[in-house]
Amino acid sequence: MDVEILSRIQFAFTVAFHYIYPPLSIGLGLLMVIMEGTYLRTKDPIYHTMARFWTKIFALTFGIGVATGIVMEFEFGTNWATYSRYVGDIFGSALAAEGIFAFALESGFLGILLFGWNRVSPLVHFISTVGVFLGSMFSAVWIVIANSWQQTPAGYHIVGEGVEARAEITDFWAMVFNPSSVDRLTHVWIGAFLAGAFLVLSVHAYYLLRDRHVEISRRAFKIALGVAIVASLSQLLTGHSSAEGVAENQPAKLAALEGHYEADGAADMYILGWVDQEKEEVTGIKVPGGLSFLLHQDFEAPVTGLDAFAPEDRPSQVNAVFQFYHLMVAIGMFLIVLSLYAGFLWWRGRLFQQRWLLWTFVFAVILPQLANQFGWFAAEMGRQPWVVYGLLRTSDALSKAVTANQVLFSLIMFTIIYSILFALFIYLLTKKIKHGPDDAELIDKRPRQKEMIDILKTQ
Amino acid sequence: MAMATFLGIDYPTLWFLVVGGVLSGYAILDGFDLGAGAWHLFLKKEQSRRIALNAIGPVWDGNEVWLVIGGGALFAGFPIMYATLFSAMYIPFMLFLAFLILRAVSIEFRSKEPMLWWRQMWDVLYSVSSGLLAFLLGVVLGNVLQGMPLDQDYEFVGNWLMFLNPYALLTGATSLALFMMHGAIYLIMKTEGRLYVKMTILLKRAIIAFVVLFSLVSLYTLIYIPHLSDDFKAHPALFIVPVLAFLAIANIPRLASKRKYKFAFFFSSLTVSLLFMLVAIELYPVLLLSTLDPANSITVHNSASSEKSLGIMLLFAAIGTPLVLSYTFFVYKTFWGKVMLDETSY
Repeated sequence: MDVEILSRIQFAFTVAFHYIYPPLSIGLGLLMVIMEGTYLRTKDPIYHTMARFWTKIFALTFGIGVATGIVMEFEFGTNWATYSRYVGDIFGSALAAEGIFAFALESGFLGILLFGWNRVSPLVHFISTVGVFLGSMFSAVWIVIANSWQQTPAGYHIVGEGVEARAEITDFWAMVFNPSSVDRLTHVWIGAFLAGAFLVLSVHAYYLLRDRHVEISRRAFKIALGVAIVASLSQLLTGHSSAEGVAENQPAKLAALEGHYEADGAADMYILGWVDQEKEEVTGIKVPGGLSFLLHQDFEAPVTGLDAFAPEDRPSQVNAVFQFYHLMVAIGMFLIVLSLYAGFLWWRGRLFQQRWLLWTFVFAVILPQLANQFGWFAAEMGRQPWVVYGLLRTSDALSKAVTANQVLFSLIMFTIIYSILFALFIYLLTKKIKHGPDDAELIDKRPRQKEMIDILKTQ
Repeated sequence: MAMATFLGIDYPTLWFLVVGGVLSGYAILDGFDLGAGAWHLFLKKEQSRRIALNAIGPVWDGNEVWLVIGGGALFAGFPIMYATLFSAMYIPFMLFLAFLILRAVSIEFRSKEPMLWWRQMWDVLYSVSSGLLAFLLGVVLGNVLQGMPLDQDYEFVGNWLMFLNPYALLTGATSLALFMMHGAIYLIMKTEGRLYVKMTILLKRAIIAFVVLFSLVSLYTLIYIPHLSDDFKAHPALFIVPVLAFLAIANIPRLASKRKYKFAFFFSSLTVSLLFMLVAIELYPVLLLSTLDPANSITVHNSASSEKSLGIMLLFAAIGTPLVLSYTFFVYKTFWGKVMLDETSY
């Protein structure tokens, strides 16, 4: 295998693994803010216990998110040196802003959030929780802006030619508010809220089924369900808005999402299907003219198809893009139905009576994760063959100093290390969940330093 | 075209100072927790190991953030340098990432099960990866100081194993010794009793090792890499920096013998930042010398982002730095004092 394919596999693998964690941190951050805020308002200790329990799980997701995030930052330089030189001037300000305003904020307050329960007042602790949550939201802002700039570049000009060519910033705000950044940011945020909410729903549904921590679980379940209902419905709006943006700014990607080949004809919308790239046709269940209607409120309106682009300018994996996109949409729809049905039962006062529903929630934790992953796969694979849409090809973006053997080495290394890391994550998560939110037995059993020293002296 | 300046300093040079400042902040902060980790296997008692681990418990994560910011600042301000350095030193950077993750995994894993073999396995991994991280940082620095073969597109054209050369190995060993000295003082500050006594003995050995290695590096640099002393010859006033560094280093054993460890920690931090200043003066305006042709060297000016981009970044830094410093201070103040193990401990 050559350097390009190995580097792409490595980046895709490491970024997909990384992206398990930040959405959980953002989503759990929101839930923790609500839980701790409720505690401050009601002074009911049950919310304090709840917030502390989820903070422990948050710590786990945050820690792995940081470790795997450093890998991403390094990989731009190690594997994609040409890309780094090309975009450095644009990403510079976005990265600097993330480092200073977001990452330092969340990491600074994290110490107090995790270790400061006994050391600061409840209000200061709450402020730290909000600080960490806002920090993680800001991180998403700058990262999504940088990625959106790659999808829809704006506020730049090109300096130099050939291998010397670089994008330079001309208008900071045009770069920040490039055509896709707002749509994509809201979509990413809400995807993260769903990931967090469904983890809370899953764990507390499990406790309810096992008849453990019943009171705390009922309340936590309702908080998370509220978030899930609002988030799953809003995700429909941001998703629709994103699709309209893709239609306008990245027509080749939109065509790949629905497998639409005809250069200038009405476009169908598929519920499910299979793209035959050789024959340039899709078999499946479709709404004829559905995509045209969604974009232009007219079943006959023409939509630019893949045939309008030279073969070397089309995404190479149309079927994969199509499948990932459709799976994401399907999961999103299912999450809406699930949360609304549970919301209906809540309204009728029968929320915790159906065991099958609770079991569904136990396993539904995987769904927002999959939707987040699939959505990114569709977005990134749909942008191919470009790494910066219309400007820089992925095949030109590599590090020239790196050989295939070196990348193969690091790919194997990451596979091993991330397997250990994932095992650690599952092990610790299970352990924390099994231990549960009750920490009454721990209170006032903390060994004091003085006593410890005495023990050491007498040994 | 006239270059924009602030206080008479052009933007690329200002950002060079920012990157240097962040990296030395990283070295001071992660330096002590990597150093503390490197000592881990020297501590034999389980209780000592737990206390040592918890001395860095609330801060090691936050300290690594400085690396993220430093890497980001290099990417942002000097994308050409970032791209060339990281791709040229692919293997050492990948190993660095591997040890960084394995170290974090060990810290989290070790306290979760009580079995002796379990704890020993993670203790070894934690200590070895801490030490190797400190070593690799020095290896990268040594290679940057020395320069490497770069073609006219600033692409590295050497062999992938070139990073393992005598000078880089020596700077690697020196940074390990420096961080172990720094980490030993930190552990002394944060502990009492048996562990405290043990660390005071180990500190003495670390100081000796560091002074010997640092003298060797200085000699090697003066004899074999003479271009690094050019700036000092041109501006003799700059000799103040190595003189201050020498005084700061000499002050550490003096304060340690008086048991003034907080001051000793201040001076070992100062030593780290003075050494960074020394490196900055040695390099400037070159960031990475091309050993093929000096014309191919990467400099502060030919690798910098545009003036507009740097201007925005400097503005962010000016707004953000007081914020970051104030809450970093707040966090350290909250956890000030000797380690107490409680239910949130490792």
